[in-house]
Amino acid sequence: MFGYYLEMALRSLRRNRMLTALMVLAIALGIGASMTTLTVLHVLSGDPLPGRSDALYRAQVDPRDSNGYEPGKEPMEQVSWTDGMNLLRAKRADRQALMTGGSVAIQPEQLALDPFYEDARFTSADFFPMFGVPFQYGHGWSSADDDSSARVAVISSELNNKLFGGGDSTGRTLRMQDIPFRIIGVLGDWRPNPHFYDLDVKNYGENEGVYLPLSTSQDLLFGHDGSNDCWGNGGGDQYHLKNAPCVWLQFWVQLDSPAKAVAYREFLVHYSQEQKNLGRFQRPPNVRLRDLMHWLDYNMVVPDDVRLQTWLALGFLLVCLVNTVGLMLAKFMRRAGELSVRRALGASRRALFGQLLIEAGVVGLTGGIGGLLLAFLGLWLVRQQPTGYAKLAHLDPAMLLVTFLLAVGASLLAGLLPAWRACQIAPALQLKSN
Amino acid sequence: MDILPILSTLRRHKITAWLLILEIALTCAIVCNAVFLISQRLERMRIPSGVAEHELVQIQLANIGNRPDAAARAETDLAALRQIPGVQQAALTNQLPLSSGGSWNSGVKLEPQQQLDTANVVQYMGQNLLPTLGTRLIAGREFRPDEFVDYADAVAALQSGNMKGLPQTLVITQALAERLWPGRSALGRPLYFGQGIPFRVIGVIANLARPNMLEKGAEYSTVWPIRLNLTQGASYLIRCAPQDREQILKAALAKLKQLDPRRVVLEKRTWDEARYEFFQSDRAMASILVGVCVALLIVTALGATRSNILHYFQTENFLLATVGIGLGMVLSFGINLFLMTHYELPRLPAIYFPVGALLLWLIGQLAVLGPALRAAAVPPVVATRSV
Repeated sequence: MFGYYLEMALRSLRRNRMLTALMVLAIALGIGASMTTLTVLHVLSGDPLPGRSDALYRAQVDPRDSNGYEPGKEPMEQVSWTDGMNLLRAKRADRQALMTGGSVAIQPEQLALDPFYEDARFTSADFFPMFGVPFQYGHGWSSADDDSSARVAVISSELNNKLFGGGDSTGRTLRMQDIPFRIIGVLGDWRPNPHFYDLDVKNYGENEGVYLPLSTSQDLLFGHDGSNDCWGNGGGDQYHLKNAPCVWLQFWVQLDSPAKAVAYREFLVHYSQEQKNLGRFQRPPNVRLRDLMHWLDYNMVVPDDVRLQTWLALGFLLVCLVNTVGLMLAKFMRRAGELSVRRALGASRRALFGQLLIEAGVVGLTGGIGGLLLAFLGLWLVRQQPTGYAKLAHLDPAMLLVTFLLAVGASLLAGLLPAWRACQIAPALQLKSN
Repeated sequence: MDILPILSTLRRHKITAWLLILEIALTCAIVCNAVFLISQRLERMRIPSGVAEHELVQIQLANIGNRPDAAARAETDLAALRQIPGVQQAALTNQLPLSSGGSWNSGVKLEPQQQLDTANVVQYMGQNLLPTLGTRLIAGREFRPDEFVDYADAVAALQSGNMKGLPQTLVITQALAERLWPGRSALGRPLYFGQGIPFRVIGVIANLARPNMLEKGAEYSTVWPIRLNLTQGASYLIRCAPQDREQILKAALAKLKQLDPRRVVLEKRTWDEARYEFFQSDRAMASILVGVCVALLIVTALGATRSNILHYFQTENFLLATVGIGLGMVLSFGINLFLMTHYELPRLPAIYFPVGALLLWLIGQLAVLGPALRAAAVPPVVATRSV
């Protein structure tokens, strides 16, 4: 029966090619646009460290003077050198890392390569175990290396490929800013997106090529990159920020249970009160301890334009669907005579309904497949854009399934109402008028 | 034409009629808001930069390792750049208007004891910056050479609390002057930064846009008599004739390399390129919006053409479109409210409603014109034969 209905449907659709093409195209465009934007939204609002993000928290305190104080205002997003080092040394969390961005001149040993600048991350030992960073060769540094400002470096696999042809480069020397560093580790494939630990440097894209102990970078006066927010008479160049009233470091902690998170928040309040008693802080304790995903939400990391495009595409899909329902209805109603004859000859209402639904289904499915192709084209276009997230725009299995469901759902939705309406025709009335 | 019979027949085809109404309403609402969004983007892209747009070239270099003689080198470099034939001006600058990258910003106050900032301004710095940018002075004067202070000295003064080491004067934009002292002259007035440190306004320039964060006041810019060098992240800025830019960029790079080969080029571009890149996302968004509008209008027009119920064509379409447009206006207003709360957009100007309505009526009428003419061309004999 299905085969017969399918043949009938194709025959009917072929009768008015223009109309059929219009319906298929409308659905394809709607689904293609929706899938493209939904995929981009899905990729951009993803969890950068699945399985770990629940236990990672960004700690904030408010070190500013009382000038411009308003109760209830957010504390500063980053921490100053003094507070960062105090919190790091307190070791009250399961793990903790203090960090900032930078950019260093790399001087390759090979004469064929000119010196070049590479993004760097100056951080402390827990960075690697805390964020679950995989290593291809070697390992990260120890807190003893932090304390002694050791001249050691960890590099990304991309940089390792560029400088050492992808071999095990641990133990070799890397010259940076005229200073020799010993490579102790090469990262594996690690590209968390968004770039959650320092959104001021960038939101999405490649990770840093070089990782050094924060203490070493400060001893050697390596300038920092990223946001630098000062209060009072604060100010200073990127090399002399240790004593300036400025925040320019990110402080992350790992807390393995909610109870520990509560305790750590209390510790931050206690710390702020203590600093206020010492006269360093002037405002009442104002702390935040957001977990990773809330931190991304708070920073509204997904660009507004991407959200807007998604709404736009869904609106477009809605219009396309309404349009298709209308066209399908008009098409079915024009066949009132034919349907009435079939009813009069004994076809049940259910059989007619099924037949019409198959016709609608064919249109929907064809449109869905067209939509999927258009989504691939759309994502390819997104990847050509010069944005940081361009490279991430790929359809994953989850989104492929969503596309399929959307296509089938849309076609059924577009077919149900017209098919039901067409089955309500009273055959006697129709036949009489003919 | 008699409307009553059309209405009564439409009532018998409720679903078809409502579907078309719904489609027109949705299209109307989306297109109105999309066109408004497009106009917002275009307006943003028209912000006056205030600089000699097609005459500027930027080169950013970074030293390898620490350079204690960076300040002296900056002067040598500038002198050498000015020697290149065709170079009209050369400067160092910490940032450029309407270009991606970081920006140096600060809160400013009108009274030394004021608690909250009056405005957030951007701080342009660099030797010989104003003549090189080509800003237009409309009141007061530009900086004298003796007013300039080295950035490193200014920072040291700030950190030691010795305010004598800081510069004393400022040049600000007309927009900022108007924001701070509406209707009055800004010349000679003090502005307070940090914990009430005063700076005196000595000049007002017509325009100078911010590098980014335009939402904080696209033209709220201040210029400081502060000398910079490469270690502070500054770039060389060269002004020359538009047709010379490519060639001067090459010559300048060669000259700088010759003066000190141990430097890495981080950026080399014309200001036009920087601006083009800066507005890339706005351009992309505007073209996506245009595309969606066109697609929506075509889909709706085709839908209207095909789902003619009664073959009363023009009148029928006009009736349905009117109801659809009425609903669409309400919906546009709703969408606009949503966008206002979530995307910091202004209110939809009232003019969009009549213009949107007119456009949709027109499209509806055009869409059914073809079928109507075809139907009218059918000879009565043929038309009545099947009855």
